[in-house]
Amino acid sequence: MNISATDRQKDESPAVPAPKSPMGLVEIDSGRLTPLQWIERRMLSRPLIGPIAVLVLALIVFSIVSPNFGTLQNFSLILQQVQVIAMLGIAQTLVILTAGIDLSVASIMLLAQVVMGKLAVAVGLPVELALVLGILVGVACGAVNGLIVTRLNIPPFIATLGTLSIFYALNLFISDGESVPYAEVPPLFNWLGQGFQVFGTTFTFGQLLTILMFVLFAYILRSTAWGMHIYAVGDNLEAARLSGIRVNRVLMSVYIVAGLIIGVTAWLLIGRIGSISPTAGASYNLASITAVVIGGTSLFGGRGRIMGTLLGAVIVGVFSSGLSLAGFDNLWQEFTIGLLIIGAVAVDQRLRKIGR
Amino acid sequence: MHARTRSIVAATAAGAMVLLGLSGCNAAASSNSGEPLVGLVIKTQDNPFYVKMTEGAKAEAEELGYNLQVASGDGQSDVDSQIKAIENFTAQGAKAILVTPAGDGIIPAIQKAQQAGILVFAMDSPLGAASGIDGTFATDNLLAGQLVGEWAKEALGSTPARIATLDLSTDQIPVDVARNQGFLEGFGIDTADPTKMWDETDPRLVGHEVTDANEAGGRTGMEKLLQKDPTINLVYTINEPTAAGAYQAVQAAGLQDQITIVSVDGGCPGVKNVQQGIIAATSMQFPLEMSKQALQAVKAYLDDGTKPQNSEGLDFTNTGVTLVTDKPQDGIESEDTTWGLDQCWG
Repeated sequence: MNISATDRQKDESPAVPAPKSPMGLVEIDSGRLTPLQWIERRMLSRPLIGPIAVLVLALIVFSIVSPNFGTLQNFSLILQQVQVIAMLGIAQTLVILTAGIDLSVASIMLLAQVVMGKLAVAVGLPVELALVLGILVGVACGAVNGLIVTRLNIPPFIATLGTLSIFYALNLFISDGESVPYAEVPPLFNWLGQGFQVFGTTFTFGQLLTILMFVLFAYILRSTAWGMHIYAVGDNLEAARLSGIRVNRVLMSVYIVAGLIIGVTAWLLIGRIGSISPTAGASYNLASITAVVIGGTSLFGGRGRIMGTLLGAVIVGVFSSGLSLAGFDNLWQEFTIGLLIIGAVAVDQRLRKIGR
Repeated sequence: MHARTRSIVAATAAGAMVLLGLSGCNAAASSNSGEPLVGLVIKTQDNPFYVKMTEGAKAEAEELGYNLQVASGDGQSDVDSQIKAIENFTAQGAKAILVTPAGDGIIPAIQKAQQAGILVFAMDSPLGAASGIDGTFATDNLLAGQLVGEWAKEALGSTPARIATLDLSTDQIPVDVARNQGFLEGFGIDTADPTKMWDETDPRLVGHEVTDANEAGGRTGMEKLLQKDPTINLVYTINEPTAAGAYQAVQAAGLQDQITIVSVDGGCPGVKNVQQGIIAATSMQFPLEMSKQALQAVKAYLDDGTKPQNSEGLDFTNTGVTLVTDKPQDGIESEDTTWGLDQCWG
């Protein structure tokens, strides 16, 4: 090793400690920072910058590489392709913000839609009632997760690992593994897949609903006491408890609201694929976590933005579509998404370190 | 503390009740313990194909006086669970084991079972003669693909073909490869290496996507293909759920009059989709026939040591495949959907 004196001095000089503002945000003092530090400070105060940068870069590159990519139609299509994962991602974000994780989101969704289908098609209940009952199955599953976490004191990872299997098994038991074919699915169930034309491009009601839900929950998380409590519980459970937040009640409500969102997503899934399948979307458990992570929400709780999850889901969709149109096989899509996940968490770790 | 103890007790009681209920069902199903034990190892319970195969096996076993027990893996390629199931049946002293192989990884377990004097048959997915298996009962998947390929060639007639395929996965799984290559052969396309998908160079082939063989994958895959090339007019799909998903994309693009979708499987939801014109033609396989013929072969062997004969030119016993369509073509044998709905599984 041959380290010159100047190098050593540079290594040993401590990173400039960032003064904290009263809001807990880091003041940006660009005068004394290297470009990298400047970017890091920016990302700390504006957590969506990272995902937006990745998305914009990907859009530019893919638009240049494949002529079919950069059309409004394709953007609408990408949003349709990721809407179910994005919606599950809202539920997932709420749970992850509390420093938890929900491995069972896709199982709940499949169970809810299969119940909807059975009640409407085999039992013959009115379609509207079957729909509501199906969504309530989502709520009930969320409540089960919440009870296991808060009453039995089982860590969310374990609790939902268990219910992942339980809900999936019930889904197969109720459906016999069989799909309800498109022709037998009541039109109301398919409604969210219906489209309308704007500027010669097809958009669907499901896309609209997804975006509305993101706007709604962005507002709730930022501007309601419940939203604040979620961040507080996730940031430091003990501190939240000591400051008078009824921690278990917050956790319970988060799992129940997550279940409600997932119940609605079950409806969305039917609209997306036309039939009611007990297996289509079983892989979305991990996909929803991927969207949250790439969107910059910290897996360790207390930090993140719901809109990041929408960006995360869209980024996955853009890479999937872009690489496919550029002629890459699916395995390279998987490969790239793996890189994105690791990159996103590396950035999170780095920000965590300098944010202290 | 009290409240929590109470809720734990309540939860435990509820769990115990569920378990009791389930074991009640099981006990009723497997009480006939004096009869020879036959083990059935399927790939997964999330597919009606295997559910139906199990039903057929149970019915036939009851008829022949065997005690049939079922074990399932946890996915199309879950070799590990299947090995355990084979080991367990071996330990229980089963007379025969029927298995739908999730992969070659189960061969050592099969050979151990055979050394213990147990007859082992493969169903649905062949392991190949080299595995030393005592017999195989399966669909000729190459033929299943050929049938829809030949039908599509006639149906398209003089229209220049623009073909896309929606396959299972990037793993080149034998059933996936056989159906895909069979379809291309049937249509008259040079398959280059017939053991490999996607190495073809025929300009009529527009592209391919993988789908996980379900609706969501079918829809997304078809959307990507149409984005690549909107002139596609013929789509082969690995199975009917994939076809149903693909149709959603075709319909959303308003191309249902331009695009013909063909598939393989013969599940009841699939046949209903053929009836609705969503799928133009499908090759039906017969899971009930597989388990029925396998159990009859078990009986023949246990009675007098006869081993099953392979079908001519194949290294397995072909349990049949039939083309189902409501648009029959000259010179191509097919059945209509009325027959299909009567014969379908799931």
